[in-house]
Amino acid sequence: MKKIMIVLIAMSIATGAVAQTKAEIMVNNGGVESLRGSAELDVTRSADKHKRVLKDREPLQRNYVHQPPIIPHQVRGYKVNLNVNKCLSCHGWKYARETGATKISPTHFETREGMTLSDVSPRRYFCQQCHVPQVDGRPLVENDFKAVDSLSQYK
Amino acid sequence: MSLSRRDFIKANAIAATAAAAGIAIPATASNLVTDSAKSKIKWDKAPCRFCGTGCSVLVGSQDGKVVATQGDPDAPVNKGLNCIKGYFLSKIMYGKDRLTQPLLRMTDGEYDKEGDFVPVSWDKAFDVMAMKFKKTLKDKGPTAIGMFGSGQWTVMEGYAAVKLMKAGFRSNNIDPNARHCMASAVGGFMRTFGIDEPMGCYDDFEASDCFVLWGSNMAEMHPILWSRLTDRRLSQEHVKVHVMSTYKHRSFELADNGMIFTPNTDLAIANFIANYIIQTDSVNWDFVNKHTHFKKATTDIGYGLRPEHKLEQAAKNVASKGKIHDMTFEEYKAQVAEYTVEKTEEISGVPAKKLIEMAKAYADPKVKVMSLWTMGMNQHTRGVWMNSLVYNIHLLTGKISLPGNGPFSLTGQPSACGTAREVGTFSHRLPADLVVKKKAHRDIAEKIWKLPEGTIPGKPGYHAVEQNRMLKDGKLNAYWVMCNNNMQAAPNMNEEGLPGYRNPDNFIVVSDPYPTVTCQAADLILPTAMWVEKEGCYGNAERRTQQWFQQVKAPGEAKSDLWQLMEFSKRFKIEEVWDEELLAKAPHLRGKTMYDVLYRNGNVDAFSIDEAKELNDDAHDCGFYVQKGLFEEYATFGRGHGHDLAPYEMYQKARGLRWPVVDGKETLWRFKEGSDPYVGKGKDFEFYGKPDGKAFIIAAPYEKPPESPDEEYDMWLCTGRVLEHWHSGSMTRRVPELYRAFPDAVVFMHPDDARKRNLRRGDEVIVESRRGEMKSRIETRGRNRPPVGLVFVPWFDARQLINKLTLDATDPLSKQTDYKKCAIKVRKA
Repeated sequence: MKKIMIVLIAMSIATGAVAQTKAEIMVNNGGVESLRGSAELDVTRSADKHKRVLKDREPLQRNYVHQPPIIPHQVRGYKVNLNVNKCLSCHGWKYARETGATKISPTHFETREGMTLSDVSPRRYFCQQCHVPQVDGRPLVENDFKAVDSLSQYK
Repeated sequence: MSLSRRDFIKANAIAATAAAAGIAIPATASNLVTDSAKSKIKWDKAPCRFCGTGCSVLVGSQDGKVVATQGDPDAPVNKGLNCIKGYFLSKIMYGKDRLTQPLLRMTDGEYDKEGDFVPVSWDKAFDVMAMKFKKTLKDKGPTAIGMFGSGQWTVMEGYAAVKLMKAGFRSNNIDPNARHCMASAVGGFMRTFGIDEPMGCYDDFEASDCFVLWGSNMAEMHPILWSRLTDRRLSQEHVKVHVMSTYKHRSFELADNGMIFTPNTDLAIANFIANYIIQTDSVNWDFVNKHTHFKKATTDIGYGLRPEHKLEQAAKNVASKGKIHDMTFEEYKAQVAEYTVEKTEEISGVPAKKLIEMAKAYADPKVKVMSLWTMGMNQHTRGVWMNSLVYNIHLLTGKISLPGNGPFSLTGQPSACGTAREVGTFSHRLPADLVVKKKAHRDIAEKIWKLPEGTIPGKPGYHAVEQNRMLKDGKLNAYWVMCNNNMQAAPNMNEEGLPGYRNPDNFIVVSDPYPTVTCQAADLILPTAMWVEKEGCYGNAERRTQQWFQQVKAPGEAKSDLWQLMEFSKRFKIEEVWDEELLAKAPHLRGKTMYDVLYRNGNVDAFSIDEAKELNDDAHDCGFYVQKGLFEEYATFGRGHGHDLAPYEMYQKARGLRWPVVDGKETLWRFKEGSDPYVGKGKDFEFYGKPDGKAFIIAAPYEKPPESPDEEYDMWLCTGRVLEHWHSGSMTRRVPELYRAFPDAVVFMHPDDARKRNLRRGDEVIVESRRGEMKSRIETRGRNRPPVGLVFVPWFDARQLINKLTLDATDPLSKQTDYKKCAIKVRKA
């Protein structure tokens, strides 16, 4: 046992042993910023501020025609499950005129095979797979995407 | 399939409206604007860049930029639908901080590991990189060289990388990030069936009576498959949905029977169902007798930690972990008999009534059941066992390889199946399920590659988690990370990943479109072309191979992974990488570069540049149709061996094809006579991955996880994804709409747990494990509702880095990390 220990110590002197490596490591991002910003990787960053979901506002312009519209309001507590779909109680065609909400698109009545149904196709039932609300916050990184001319007023 | 707008309108009225009008209008009322140059959009198909579902999207480009994307109405996978991420694909390439030049750490004009990143030319980048790789080869040999690749590489890129590493450098130290997501699934398939990947396909969704989710939040992670499942459930009243998880999530919204179980006890639940099937005399004896063998797994196999870890020392059967023993049905019956409903309720915390309701669906011969799972079962220190335990249930009842009736292992990444598994970019694999340790398999690869016998080393290389350990230990020194963000993704960042990358002995190269956390730990960063900036193929979870063409140019000097791999190979004369013994067997290769030997071998360069599109930068740089050449050489591995791929041209036209594609016909259900051409006449079912065509029913017990909450670290941590972000968020968090939809990671916690710690929603907290800490904020009301004692934290957030906390315990059989359970504590910051 003693002999092995000596060998290990000798090795650690020669190679800068595993146990010592940690202390020697220089964490240094070399000036490159990631989505983390410039905080070094061994630093525990403070958590970013809690961001609030934007309250009711006008519908947002789309970037391209088949982009699902963004939800321009708070949806906390909206139930969508086997028994109830809160979104459809305003956006369904039956109610949209009364509530002033955007009517769901006619595409939503189509089955997988392209047949138009008398009500919303079950494949579109969970609205938030495609439509999401937005928090009030500046993007982490700017995006240079440019919409086509006819839609380019979007900011 | 490249169409002008006018052709496109003719071909598809639904999609055409998108190109033309400024408002959404019904597909039936095609409102065509005049064909002015301004409104002209070039549309072409491409598979989605994100998950393993493999939706097809139509990409619209104008003046060399992508201006729109939309669901592809002709694609059988998604029939015009996308999820929120897919709908925003058009923006993923345009984050302002795209990398456009190679960056090298330098001090005073020389490479310096402690230096700052400075833009350099590709020439300079490859000069330094080649010097480092050559020095490592000379000093330590090929085992000190390694590569960490990706299930998001194109098929061709993965294939070129395997050749470069395994045949060129002669190092098996190549592994994909798919090790983190699919390795246990592969292990399960190989042990039970002897051949990888699901027998069924997505058509099962429209044919099934009952869906069981075994650890998959499909509603967020496979949204389009979830929409197919939802469609089935809501349009057919008899259909039922059972959802199991360690916390409540969005998939529970559709559940008829939702079950929260204590982490790791899915092992007990699966055994209970097998026991229930036997006890209620519901075994399909005709099927079991004809098509299965009973086997038993070796138990007490450790947790894939470092060998000196006390848990590895304590485990009895680490060395013989993979052995499978024969067993009789009576012995099997006795083993599962232990898992009574009472005992299973006690272990798992799931009420007996719910367990029985689910077991009944499996036992009833009239109910077609589709079992589905992803990371809950795969990221599991007994993931391979768990996969087999679910197969056991389907084999006992003969509910397999039939429409709507079968186990379905969902994949995480867009080409985890295509590139990682089928191409074999794992440290132990070769294309088409071949493995490096078998001489006969190496012979096949060497023959196809026209290389001398003995080129490929027979010893498996370092797997993903081992690569980080070996970097830290200084045994792996020249390392190339491509198409992934493993500093953020790998477990136990503080103790393994970070010390590994920053070890002064190591040179770390990272290829990425964006500056990631991994780039911040690198020594050389290579700017990379992505998605439709190159031509490629992906293979999705239902064995569907999908091809796309390059549609726009990459920014600045960014180059595809394929170009990088091949260009780098030109820097090495074969004498610099092969020893004399091997060279003596192939003297004609002397003086050639690795590029010549690997890629100018008469196969890869067999197709003229005239066949390639005008916009195909990789092909034009090579001077031949490189994607087709690589694909066709690769396809020879599987043709005639159950992995048949169609000719490349077919994929250019089709919305993907499911292999094996035999005589131009895809295969929907494998192992079943009539739908799989490989099944012998009169066999009914044949599991031809096994020598006698019989699948294994493999018994394995419940065993404890490596780390559980205790007095100090008193909660379970489960990590995972959210709908709006793909993996580490390097693409999706640069899309403003997706960022604003889910801006920062949060700690999902039960309100009682929050109250106990004097915490309120939105409070800043320190989350801490034995390995590290991070700061985040508490969420008690969101989409995930954990039970008392467990928190869920998404891993997309580079600003938080939850993998500083996770434990690098793996399934000892698959080497896949368990990201779903370790012990942590949470306190107010």
